[in-house]
Amino acid sequence: MSTSTATIAVAPPRRRSRTGNSGYLFIVPFLVFFLLFFLLPLAYAGYLSLFKDQLVGGTVFAGLDNYTRALGDEQLLGGVLRVALFFVLQVPVMLLISVVAALAIDSGLLRFVRVFRLGIFIPYAVPSVVATLMWGYLYGPDFGPLAQLGDRLGFSAPDLLSDTLMLPALGNVVTWEFAGYNMIILYAALRTVPTERYEAAAVDGAGPLRIAWNIKIPALRPALLLCLMFSIIGSFQLFAEPNLIQRLAPNVINSAYTPNVYAYSLAFTSQEVNYAAAVSFLLGLVIVAVSYVVLFLAGRGARR
Amino acid sequence: MTATLTTPAGTATGTPRTRRRPAARRRSNLLTLGMLALLVYFLFPLFWLTIAATKTTGDLFSTFGLWFGHDFALLANIRETFTRNDGQYARWMLNTLGYAVVSSVGAASLATFAGYGFARYTFRGRGALLGLVLGTIMVPTTALAIPTYLLFSKVSLVNTPWAIILPSLVSPFGLFLMWVYARDAVSDSILEAARIDGAGELAIFFRVTLRSLMPGFVTVLLFTLVATWNNYFLPLIMLNDPRYYPVTVGLSSWSAQAVGGSGSNADLLACVVTGSLLSVLPLVAAFLLLQRYWQSGLSAGAVKE
Repeated sequence: MSTSTATIAVAPPRRRSRTGNSGYLFIVPFLVFFLLFFLLPLAYAGYLSLFKDQLVGGTVFAGLDNYTRALGDEQLLGGVLRVALFFVLQVPVMLLISVVAALAIDSGLLRFVRVFRLGIFIPYAVPSVVATLMWGYLYGPDFGPLAQLGDRLGFSAPDLLSDTLMLPALGNVVTWEFAGYNMIILYAALRTVPTERYEAAAVDGAGPLRIAWNIKIPALRPALLLCLMFSIIGSFQLFAEPNLIQRLAPNVINSAYTPNVYAYSLAFTSQEVNYAAAVSFLLGLVIVAVSYVVLFLAGRGARR
Repeated sequence: MTATLTTPAGTATGTPRTRRRPAARRRSNLLTLGMLALLVYFLFPLFWLTIAATKTTGDLFSTFGLWFGHDFALLANIRETFTRNDGQYARWMLNTLGYAVVSSVGAASLATFAGYGFARYTFRGRGALLGLVLGTIMVPTTALAIPTYLLFSKVSLVNTPWAIILPSLVSPFGLFLMWVYARDAVSDSILEAARIDGAGELAIFFRVTLRSLMPGFVTVLLFTLVATWNNYFLPLIMLNDPRYYPVTVGLSSWSAQAVGGSGSNADLLACVVTGSLLSVLPLVAAFLLLQRYWQSGLSAGAVKE
């Protein structure tokens, strides 16, 4: 009996059931690592964030105390607002540079295209630590070329590491690091536009600027959205740049300058591990939420 | 300007086209000049760094930053960088190389394997599992770093190389890229033919599929290589023994000492500058050599979505 049912059951969906098990074979290694080093840390941090250290009684269960504390924490809020302002100031400038550069490289009007493409992209290969050290020295009053020029020509160069100019100074570092990377993403998107569309437009008498405006920029939409996502994530988790500039301008960049700088100092300077876990958790949540809101708004804009 | 440019573009459409773009179009000097200004901005800090690496610490302060100093000290600086504190810098570079290579090969392999599995097989729970992984793409790596530190300190993994490598092996974005890539790059008919020939699924993967997945694999490899090479936050919190530092954290610790800059640390600044320059060279070389891959592959996700 068993043999007959087996043959009947096996015969029609044979291939499917055989490949079915193989599917797991391919995904399980990834899923194991994903579980251990992605979901488990999050779960553990989520668990820790529900406790707090007390002088009397040691670590006790605190429910959502850490989260209510975080929501009312002016230092954290100040950091979040600062990176939000940073995002609003820096990202449009960077993406504008990226779009212009991508259009120029794609236009066919440029000499030495390869040199430009590579040269503008190269900063992506520079670690943010090195980029920040470099720009920090360039900004600095000791041997920065700007201050030196000022000395020689008899004007006093603006202090780029002062309170008012710090955010633009950091924005410049981040723009320098990532404009080329975004340019490559946008450029690759432009290359997928079928040439026939340019040809048809050219026959209709459209010049390169019209073609760029009417055909290329609309075609960049999905790629721009991707760049925007990366930029949201990048802005909100800003750490290396302020962390390194802090040494040059300790009075301007405090221990809560960005949310990540704050979480770092909570965990390692003031040893408030449980609260740091809650802050990390909230920060991750905010970034995911902002990303999806932007995605949603962009999707709605596209349909309209 | 527009008018003069329109004509050649218009005539070019009439000629038979072998390349994507009309070849006979006139180049624009104005645009080239404008882009040159942009290029100068992007290369200027690296130019400064290269000049600075040829100077003694004294010359760094006393001579103009954008031109050479009195002494050409590049070789002396390189020697000093590599020999300081018993060759600490060389050790950091090797650490970075090790972390980056192991992490990127591992992450790209896992992502390729899983991306192919999700794209080419149907099995129970596929949609839910894929949704779970892709839903975490937006979770930033630094928001994950402190939680990972807390977990790793519980199981005594902090201050070991594993603390850097293990978290770097998981790349949800890499999986996304490979999933998209495998959907398009692998044809069903080839898989079908191989199955009829009686090949096992693993054999099919390694003998047939892998070849067409290779460009995607290299792309994810490059991505994770750059990410691990440049990583700062994770190693900064995970490691406190300088022997395990990658070059980013090492340079940062040197520069912190150099800021105090007196006495025995007076010449450290030249080492920070030279070490910075040297740390950039391997990745720049890799990008020069692998141009084909990052230019076509870097944006696979952007284009397909």
